[in-house]
Order: sequence, then structure tokens, then C-alpha cells
Amino acid sequence: MEQFAKNTIFKSLLKYAPIALLFISVLNEFDFNYLELKYFSFNFPFILIFYWSLKKSESLGYGLIFIAGLINDVVVGFPMGISSLSYLLICGFTAYLRNITLRPNMLQDWLFFLLTIVFASSLSYSLLVLFFSFKLNYADLLVNLLFTFLFYGIFAYLFQIYNKLAFEKKDD
Amino acid sequence: MEASRDDFVIAIRSAFLKKGNKQRFSLIFLIIFSIIFLALGKLNFKAIDYIKISINEIVYRSAFIASLPENYIQKGYNTAINHFNIYNDYNKIKSENQKLKSEKISNNFIVHENKRLKKIVDDYVTISDVVVAKVLIDKKSPFLRSIIINKGSKDNVKLGMAVIDGIYLAGKVVEVNFTTARILLLSDLNSKIPVTIEPVGLQSILSGTGKNDGKIQYLKEEYKIENESSVYTSGSGGIFKAGIPIGKIKNIPGVEIGVDFFSDFTQLKFVKIVSFQKEEN
Repeated sequence: MEQFAKNTIFKSLLKYAPIALLFISVLNEFDFNYLELKYFSFNFPFILIFYWSLKKSESLGYGLIFIAGLINDVVVGFPMGISSLSYLLICGFTAYLRNITLRPNMLQDWLFFLLTIVFASSLSYSLLVLFFSFKLNYADLLVNLLFTFLFYGIFAYLFQIYNKLAFEKKDD
Repeated sequence: MEASRDDFVIAIRSAFLKKGNKQRFSLIFLIIFSIIFLALGKLNFKAIDYIKISINEIVYRSAFIASLPENYIQKGYNTAINHFNIYNDYNKIKSENQKLKSEKISNNFIVHENKRLKKIVDDYVTISDVVVAKVLIDKKSPFLRSIIINKGSKDNVKLGMAVIDGIYLAGKVVEVNFTTARILLLSDLNSKIPVTIEPVGLQSILSGTGKNDGKIQYLKEEYKIENESSVYTSGSGGIFKAGIPIGKIKNIPGVEIGVDFFSDFTQLKFVKIVSFQKEEN
């Protein structure tokens, strides 16, 4: 009985891991920028939100994603609402992809991810430049998008393993 | 054709308008909410400012704790790199020290003479308020170069105050909360500081490059600036006093007139927040 209770608590903790990781990554900007590698940066929240809202939408609540976006804006110093908007747009794109997909395919997801981040980033950075007079380095932005796109493959593979371990039921 | 368009509309409508599985809000509601947030922020709506300040207070403290593991990794990485460079650094510092010792003797005389002359022309300013602050968050975002410190309006930190690292200018205060403040570093693309380039005495504007360097802007092409010329604050605008050292002119790829900052913004741990005023006679 005790073992059963422990398992249940552990399982429910595993369920909240994606949202916990999202909050840690926006508070901590998990992107290896401290390595000071020239032109290297990527947007981990984009990968995380896209994968989990596509594969297991109930693991990330839209309300919590909205709050994570507000926190990201505060940490990075952007006007409030801009990251929330891009995160929610990613959720919208994944919900659309889920609706039209009968047979999930990794390559198709990956290409759709590129389309999604290009759209979400273009919109948010256009708003920043046009309405909030921010100066941005477009080369950095493009490289950031490229690395985010490339890293999706690696993280999607890791998340897939986690998804299998944490969420799929075992037949006893 | 008509059917595929209908399918597209149905899929879009279902994605944005319907509440998802176990979701409390629909996407379209939250997207509209984000846009309202942005619009009110743009219009400087007071309520948004209060929400922002409240979130800032909580988030900056939480981000400091959440950054601890990454900071340990970063510290380890920097320590390893420093160990590899230690012998070269020692030799370099030794020769620099010799040079500085001899320069210091002649500088002392110049400093006193300068003080005396500035008092005569009524341009002698002193530091009126100094607040020492700890760097809470240093994100090194590729888009924004800013840091968060653990002092705010409670400690008399005000917008526009200068941020000094040792004796070098590092940036200025751009956002003040009750117990925290955001510093815009000189290396940020949006930073603009009036400067003097010595020994020629040229007046110009220093802007960040978004990396770890700066660039001199709005200078006529006919002026020639030599490498290793020093850059100081000019005091124009009255925010900073004149003569705070900033950096040296250096060739930086892709930048017309580059500036190498004296202060290493990647290593900021404690900074001084200062304001200046004219000395009363």
C-alpha cells in the first residue's frame, strides 16, 4: 500500500516536470550563453513548449505558459506580454498541427517547428522594433533561430524517452 | 478545393477557439490578453507598471536562486580557463605593474593640478551618493545586455544613476523597483553615452554593439582616431561627471570605430551606483 502511494506521488511529480522545466528555463535562461561562443544561442522554451503541447498538451496549461512568458519578459527586460504572445502562438500552431495530423512524423514536426518559430519570432521582434523602438541584431536573431531549429531534434529525442518512461503505462 | 479550405478553417478554429484537453483558458483569450498587456504597457498604463514592479520583485529573487546551479557551472568553467591562462597573465601583469608604478608618480601631480583648475572654472563635481550593490542576475542574453542588482528605491537608487565597476563606467540605471534595479550595460545596442576621445579631445556618442564591445557613432569621417586612444565620459547632458574612464579605441571586426571596455562586464559581482553634484564652495 505504502509502495503504491509512493509510486503515485512519484508519477504525479513526473507529470509536472515539463512545466517545472519551463519555469526554471525562463528564470534561468537555459541557453549556455555564458560559454560566450560567438553567435551561439538558442531558445529552449520554444523547443519545450512546442514538443510538449504537441505530444502531451495537458502537461502544459495555457495559463501557466502565459505566466512563464510574463516572467521571461521581466527577466530579459522585454515589454510585458511579448513572450507570452509568442509562446501562445506556438501552442496555437501545435494545436493546429495536432488537428490535421493522422500519423505523427518526426521530420514533419521538425519542419513545422521551423515554420512556427520563424512566425512567432518574426511577429514578436517586429512588435519590439516597430512599436517599442528596440534595436536588435538581426544576424544574432537568425543564428538563434537556426540553433533552436537544430537543437529541436536532440531535445525532442530526449523528451520522447522521458515521455515513454513517465507517461506510458506498463502492462504487468 | 472548397472542402480543403473548410478543413483548414475548422482546424484553425478548433486550435484557437476551443479549450484544449484539461485547459482552463482558450488560446485566443490568452493571446488577446497578451496583446492588451502589450498595448497598455506601450501607453504607460499605471496598473501595468504596478503589476510589472510586483512581478519584478518576486521574479528577480527567484531567478537569483534558479540561476545558482548554472552559476556554479559557469564559475567552474571560468576557473578552468583562468588556470590555463595564469602564467601568461602573470608575465603580462608584472610588466604592466612596472609601467604603472612609474606613471603613477607623474599622474599624482596632474590630478592635483586638474582639481585646482576645475575649482577655478567651477566645474568640480563630487560623488554625492554611493550605493554598493550585488549583481543578482547577469543573463548575457544575445539580445539585451543588462544586469539586475539587489538595491532599489528603498536604498535611494534613482533612474539614470551611473554604475561604476572599480573606477570604470559600466552602465546606468534604467529601471528601479523597491528592492531591485535593472542596469543597462554600455555594451547594449540601446545604450547611448556622450563621450570624449583623448588625447584629441573629440566629442562623440558611444553605443554598445550587443556583444562585449562598443562603437563610436556620429563622428565626421574627416576626424582620424588612433588605436589605443582613451574614451572617457564627456559630462554632456549632466548625468555623468566628465572624465570617468570607459575604454580604449580598438580594431573590432565589423565595427568602424570600436571600443574595448576597461571593465569586463561578464565578471561583474559588485558595482557602485553613484550620482554626482557640483561641489559647494
